[in-house]
Parts: sequence; C-alpha cells; structure tokens
Amino acid sequence: MISAASLIRTESFEAPGPGIFDLPPVFSIGSFDVTKPMLQLVLAGVLVFGFFYLASKQRAMVPGKLQFAGESGYNFVRNSIARDIIGGHDFMKFVPYLLATFFFLLINNFFASTPFIQFPTFSRSGIAYALAGLSWIIYNAVGIHKHGFVGYFKLQSVPSGIKGPMLLLLVPLEFLSNILVRPVTLALRLFCNMFAGHILLVLFATGGHHMLVHGSALIKPVGILAWVLAIAVSFLELLVQFLQAYVFTLLNAMYISGALSDEH
Amino acid sequence: MRIFLEDAAGGAHVPNPLMPEWVEVIIALVVFALLYLAIKKWVVPAFEKTYAERTAAIEGGLQAAETKQAEADAKLAELDAQLGEARHEAARIREEAREQGAAIVAELREQGQAESARIVEHGKAQIEAERQQAVTSLRADVGALATTLAGNIVGESLDDDARSTRVVERFLSELEGAN
Repeated sequence: MISAASLIRTESFEAPGPGIFDLPPVFSIGSFDVTKPMLQLVLAGVLVFGFFYLASKQRAMVPGKLQFAGESGYNFVRNSIARDIIGGHDFMKFVPYLLATFFFLLINNFFASTPFIQFPTFSRSGIAYALAGLSWIIYNAVGIHKHGFVGYFKLQSVPSGIKGPMLLLLVPLEFLSNILVRPVTLALRLFCNMFAGHILLVLFATGGHHMLVHGSALIKPVGILAWVLAIAVSFLELLVQFLQAYVFTLLNAMYISGALSDEH
Repeated sequence: MRIFLEDAAGGAHVPNPLMPEWVEVIIALVVFALLYLAIKKWVVPAFEKTYAERTAAIEGGLQAAETKQAEADAKLAELDAQLGEARHEAARIREEAREQGAAIVAELREQGQAESARIVEHGKAQIEAERQQAVTSLRADVGALATTLAGNIVGESLDDDARSTRVVERFLSELEGAN
C-alpha cells in the first residue's frame, strides 16, 4: 500500500491563496503605486468607449461590420435589459448607465481570460464595491426623486395587500432586503465569482505544474489531467464572466424598475 | 488601508480580500463615471439618431412607393377611361358610317331603279313607235306587193283600188286576228 501522502509531497506545494491577488505595483509615480487592476480599469474604459464610439459614429443606414456589432451590443442592453425591464417611456434615461455597466463589467471580466492580462479586475473587492455602491445610490435616488422620501421608503418596505400584525414582521424584512442587503449581495456576487474563478484556475495550473515537475511517475499523468481540466474551467469561466456582467446589469435594471414602480 | 488576517499556521500575514483598497474604489468610480459620461454624450445619441433616421428612411421609402403606386393607379384609370371613350367613339362612328352607307345604298338603288324604269319606258315607247311605223309601212307595202302579185298571177289589172284595198284590209285583219 502506497499512501497518498507519499505520492504527493504536499509540503513543497503552496496552494494559491488570497495573496495572489495582491500584486506588486507595475510602476510608481512618486509614492503612488500604480497596480495592474488600476491599469485594467482604464484600459477597459478606453476599449468600451473606443469600440462604441467608432461603431456609432458611422451612422450608416445599412451598417457595416463594426457598426452592426456595435448596434447589436447596444440593442442587447437597450431592448433586452432596459426596455424589457424598466419599460415604458423613461427607460431611455437609464440606457447610458446600463450600457456602460454591462460592457465595462464584461470587458473587465474577460480580462481574466485574456492572454498576457489574465487577471479579473473585479476580484479586487473595492472595485466591485464601487459599482455596487453606485448602483445603490442610483436606484434609491431615482425612487426618492419619483416618490419622495417617505413615499419611497413606504414603497420599498410595506408590501401591498398585507394588513395587521404581519406588517410588524414584514416591514423590517422588506427594508432589510430591499435597502440594506441589495448592494452587499450585488458586490459580493460579482467579487466572489471573479475571485474564486481566478483561484480555481491558478490552482489547476500551478498544481498541474507541480505534479508534473515534482511528482513521481504515477502522478505525472494527473498533472496533465489537471491542465486539461484547467482548460475546461477556463471555458466555464468565460460563461461565468459573461453571466456575472449580465446579472449585475439585469439586477441594476430591476432595482431601478422597482424604485420607479407605483406598487411594491 | 489594509487589514491582515492571522494565518491559521500563525505568524505569516495574508491580506483580507474583503477589505477594499480605497484607491481602487476611487479609480473605479472615476473611470466608470467618465465612461458613462462619454457614452451618454456620444454613443447613445449617435445610435438613437441612426435608428430614427433609419426609421424615417424606411417609412419615407414606403410612403414614396405608396405615392408612386397611387399615381400609377390614377394614370391607369385615366387611360382606361380614355380607352373606353375611344372605343365608344369608334363604335359610334362605325354605326354612323353603317347608317350612312345603308342610306347611300338605298338612295342609289332607288335612283338606279328609277333610271332603269325610265330607260325601259323609253325603250318601250321607241319600240312601239318603230313597230307602229313598221306596221304602217308594211301594211302599205304588203298591200301593194300583194296586189301586184295577185295582178300578175291573175293576169289582169286589179286596178280597182277601192276593192283591192278592201280585200287587203280584210286579209290583214284576219292575219292579225290569227296572230
């Protein structure tokens, strides 16, 4: 009997942990350290705007390839998210915000699978908090603007059609879930998905490498298997990256729609 | 600002990933705000304008086609009306011509008949006159000849004119009666 411990010399392998997200600065301006996620944020902003600017400025009646791609992306957010969820007459006000949100998230998430970048921007929690906090401010501001301060909190906290002592139970719950918890879940869902996906990929890649280099003859094929799995996980991650951007934007639209609605 | 967790093994420090790096929060907000403003200012209006123009172009095209169709329909109706009118006119002219032709033919037939009747009448009269003339001259000649012939046969003169004339007359009347 050969024990598992003798096959894998675990003591020499250091599994990737939260430390891998703490990258050294790319360069420093004075005492200010410029890190990779910061550069990625700027790059994503430039890419998204550059693409849509070039695609939208042609304004041909019969669109070319670039314009068609831009219009398809724009239509996806404008019609499938903004119009279908917020709907009615005032969804156009939110199209720029939702468009920026979706494609900014999408590109930043795709960075995790882009060769030579390979780092998900939103695995830095602060960046996810920033967009989730912004979303919280926007949907609450929109609701307060439409219904007034008291009217808005009544809309969000008091479920319609419920009377009597049940309200004592439901009002705090509704307030908690609609006002307090939403930005937290929004941020954590995005951040944790990106964070965990990256750790998983790094684990498969470095673990496979370790087994291949340091493992015994029996273990080496498992290293190959780990790399094959790493490729499979990469494809899964592509799906997750798209879905997280979509869900984040979709929930944003739903929160705005909820804040604008006349009945809870 | 960074908070470190105590590693389970103790000693080593690992950063807590849930604690935000405030610089990143600010940069994310600034970049996103700039992106939002740029998209709001340039991208969305351009796309919406393109859509509006495209809608207008398609609707305008449809409208133009409708106008053209209506024009063509009107022209066709007009031509149909003109054609009907022309057909009607042609029929009327034909009818008129037929009537005129019939009238002319009838007139000519009448004229011809009158002419032929006149010619026949004239011929009849002439023939009658000529016959009368021939009868008169024959009567005289035949009488004389017969008398002469008879005289010659009888060998004596039958100069008794009155008698001979009476005989001849009687003979001729018998002859006529036999006819």
